[in-house]
Amino acid sequence: MKYMLLIYHDEPSWDAHTEAERQQIYLEYRKLRSELEARGKFVTGSQLQPITTATSVRVRDGKELITDGPFAETHEQLGGYFLVEAKDLDEATSIAARIPSARTGTIEVRPLVETAAPATA
Amino acid sequence: MQAALHARDDCATLASMPQARDTLEQVFREEYGRIIATLIRQSGSFDLAEEALNEAFVSAAESWERDGPPRNPGAWLTTVAHRKLLDAVRRDKTRTDKQPEIEYEATRLRPFAEQPLTEDAVEYPDDRLRLIFTCCHPSLGRDAQVALTLRTLGGLTTTEIAHAFLLPEATLAQRLVRAKQKIRLARIPYEIPSVERLSDRLAAVQAVIYLIFNEGYAASAGESLVRNDLCAEAIRLGRVLCELLPSEPENLGLLALMLLQDSRRRARVNEAGELVTLEEQDRSLWDRVEIDEGVRLLQRVLTLGAVGKYQLQAAIAAVHCEARTAAETDWRQIVALYQELMRTSASPVVALNYAAAVAMADGPERGLELIASANDGGKLDHYYLFHAARADLLRRLKHFDEAQTAYQRALSLTTNRVEQNYIRRRLQETLPAN
Repeated sequence: MKYMLLIYHDEPSWDAHTEAERQQIYLEYRKLRSELEARGKFVTGSQLQPITTATSVRVRDGKELITDGPFAETHEQLGGYFLVEAKDLDEATSIAARIPSARTGTIEVRPLVETAAPATA
Repeated sequence: MQAALHARDDCATLASMPQARDTLEQVFREEYGRIIATLIRQSGSFDLAEEALNEAFVSAAESWERDGPPRNPGAWLTTVAHRKLLDAVRRDKTRTDKQPEIEYEATRLRPFAEQPLTEDAVEYPDDRLRLIFTCCHPSLGRDAQVALTLRTLGGLTTTEIAHAFLLPEATLAQRLVRAKQKIRLARIPYEIPSVERLSDRLAAVQAVIYLIFNEGYAASAGESLVRNDLCAEAIRLGRVLCELLPSEPENLGLLALMLLQDSRRRARVNEAGELVTLEEQDRSLWDRVEIDEGVRLLQRVLTLGAVGKYQLQAAIAAVHCEARTAAETDWRQIVALYQELMRTSASPVVALNYAAAVAMADGPERGLELIASANDGGKLDHYYLFHAARADLLRRLKHFDEAQTAYQRALSLTTNRVEQNYIRRRLQETLPAN
């Protein structure tokens, strides 16, 4: 079963890290990712550019509305995601707990809707 | 429980219609959790399991009233519920992956119609541990954990749970639907947690059971102070937990604590429905049977050596139970136990109780100092017992103005009628005429 692990963190405190600290965290991310890949648990994932780069799109009455900024101003911002394969929620939360940002931010774990006929890979 | 079933089997030979109904009700309460736990494991669905078991109970009501209860009512129900489940799974084509397993167990269980069930004819597995850990999974909210535990493991109906928590039935039904949906969609495992998770998960189970007990013992709202049905249910769940994991000291500690607190139930409210404090209670009303069992459990568990917060609280309750009069209470020992509790599991509420114990041992002045520090950072500002305890000490010191203010504050913070009346009575005593 697939779970989306949404990585929320506080952008200002991320920016406050020194370059060396950031490189250390990236290294941890890469290690976790390759370990998950080796076990066939990693589907995809990426870091996102900061919310200053976010654009929101809405279509109302056929009219496209494009605005600056994220969908909602929140205390912590969506900074990246992992899409993983796990047998149940306990396995998914175990993976989430190993994401470096879990120590300072929050990882939201969301199961994907399973479709009746899975796409052939 | 087996002994209880034997006893009912003897009665069953004189079967009459009311007896069949009594048997069914008793079996319902005693066997519901065990049977549904297995049905959930087999079907992977709380809803299918619930339906199958309900259908089995309907069959039982018809058949037992007609023919008298069977020799082993629990096994009878299990067998019938398995068949109903298998029928439902066969109808529901999307769940075919579970079918072979259910079919296997349905065949293994002897059909009751062809061969009468005897005690040892059926050995069904006890899946209640999986069930309780799933119901109390940390990804479910505390309210959902409580509702689901009472509904499935306890076998309480939605109406009964809603009534006990003074909630509209629709609210509770919705809560259960959402919880079951989350279990299914997020795939919360139906398993006993791994060793490294077990102690955290067990703590959550204990917390849920104790919360049910406390909701019954000090009802947070409503007309009466104690709702015995919830206390009795929590004690029953506590017993199940001890039966399933007997070597976990805190399981025994929790059961001891609940029994010792429950032993004072009849003395806590007088005939006029007024709250009676521990100090003023008629101790002859305390339930000796529960006290003896609680103390015995505590003595046994303290030899295991892993002291925890439930055992410590039970030990405190036991010290109270051992005092023949309020004046004979060994407050020094209670203070020592609270110190240990503060060391291992400090919380503002524990600090408040510690302060109250010190007030009894060393006088109200020292108690007031500790009460003030218990509320460091204003964490107890909205806790009515903080203001009530403070007011009591101020009253003892004859600081009537301050006591009145504190009682007023306490009064505004409780919605329980009995507690409100108690505070009003105390408030009267601080008025100038006294």
